[in-house]
Amino acid sequence: MKLNPEFFPLTQMAQRFVDQLAQCRRLGLKVLEASEHHVLIELPYSTELIGYPDTGVIHGGVITTLMDTACGSAVVSAIYQKYQSLEISPTLDLRVDYMKPAQPHKPVYGFAECYKLSSNIAFTRAIAYQDSIDDPIAHAVGSFMRISPEMVGDAFRQALMGEAVPAQGESDELK
Amino acid sequence: MNSNKHELGTERISPSPDVNTSVANKPAIESKTPLDVQSIVKRATELNDFGHLLEHVPYAKFIGMRVERFGDELIFKLPAKDDNIGNPVLPAIHGGVIAGFMEMSAIVQLMVFMQTAKVPKVVDFSIDYLRAGLHKDSFAECRITRQGRRVANVNIDCWQTNRKQLIATARAHFLID
Repeated sequence: MKLNPEFFPLTQMAQRFVDQLAQCRRLGLKVLEASEHHVLIELPYSTELIGYPDTGVIHGGVITTLMDTACGSAVVSAIYQKYQSLEISPTLDLRVDYMKPAQPHKPVYGFAECYKLSSNIAFTRAIAYQDSIDDPIAHAVGSFMRISPEMVGDAFRQALMGEAVPAQGESDELK
Repeated sequence: MNSNKHELGTERISPSPDVNTSVANKPAIESKTPLDVQSIVKRATELNDFGHLLEHVPYAKFIGMRVERFGDELIFKLPAKDDNIGNPVLPAIHGGVIAGFMEMSAIVQLMVFMQTAKVPKVVDFSIDYLRAGLHKDSFAECRITRQGRRVANVNIDCWQTNRKQLIATARAHFLID
């Protein structure tokens, strides 16, 4: 997959956001692209995530986590681009439809967009796929509550802006 | 309610005496032969240890979930675990982990009470988050709303300190053939 962080200037910020979430570090989620319109995240395959032992297919819950994270990152990116502020939006609801199982030993990509940002609510949708986005494994719709930027906290804000000392598992360009 | 018709450990399980042990000893990862769900459920019922079911699913271990039987009820537990945190500010459990926990709970509920031949496959999963899931133990219980021949509808409730203050509620459809 071709990466062009210059073309998608929010990629690094979105990666720092994802790295703040312990579960996402554990899953090894990698932000490939982020803009005010979309976020693309890669979920690597791991045998730890198997939900169907006889086939090696990963658990639906992992796809849900990928969708929730991708949609949440899309909201953070959209708000950052529109208001130059950082908000961390809790998920109100999320619905995931599973079209087909994810093939084992291959990464899953989550493509999310924030298609409407109102004053209180952010509306998102996402698609999970492997070989082609036209052959999806799952589709998700989620809404997120907007809370005031003051709720974010200084440490978190600095971590997202890449100002903090790289603590915990935070990845930076050197890695 | 539908689930009341099906007592734990009924005799609708095909008699295959040597299967139990062989399945239990098999590595959970990528065995070519399909998992014999019915004998695993039967064995779990005999042992009165439904954690035995979860041992076959790596993801259940990954998030650290457990299950406990109280009479004819199953209560699922997700002990507080650092790796499950999403929002580090509160801190709160990642919404996806709560969803995965609830989805796995529904799968086990179906396998135990409906004696499904295979692991049920999720068709859709819709979750409403009602409160932040804080960094502490969470619990879930499931209600099989309706089971048709191919599809089952399950409701799942999740709470932490108070059963009446749910942190999330979900409904899901599963393919069960």
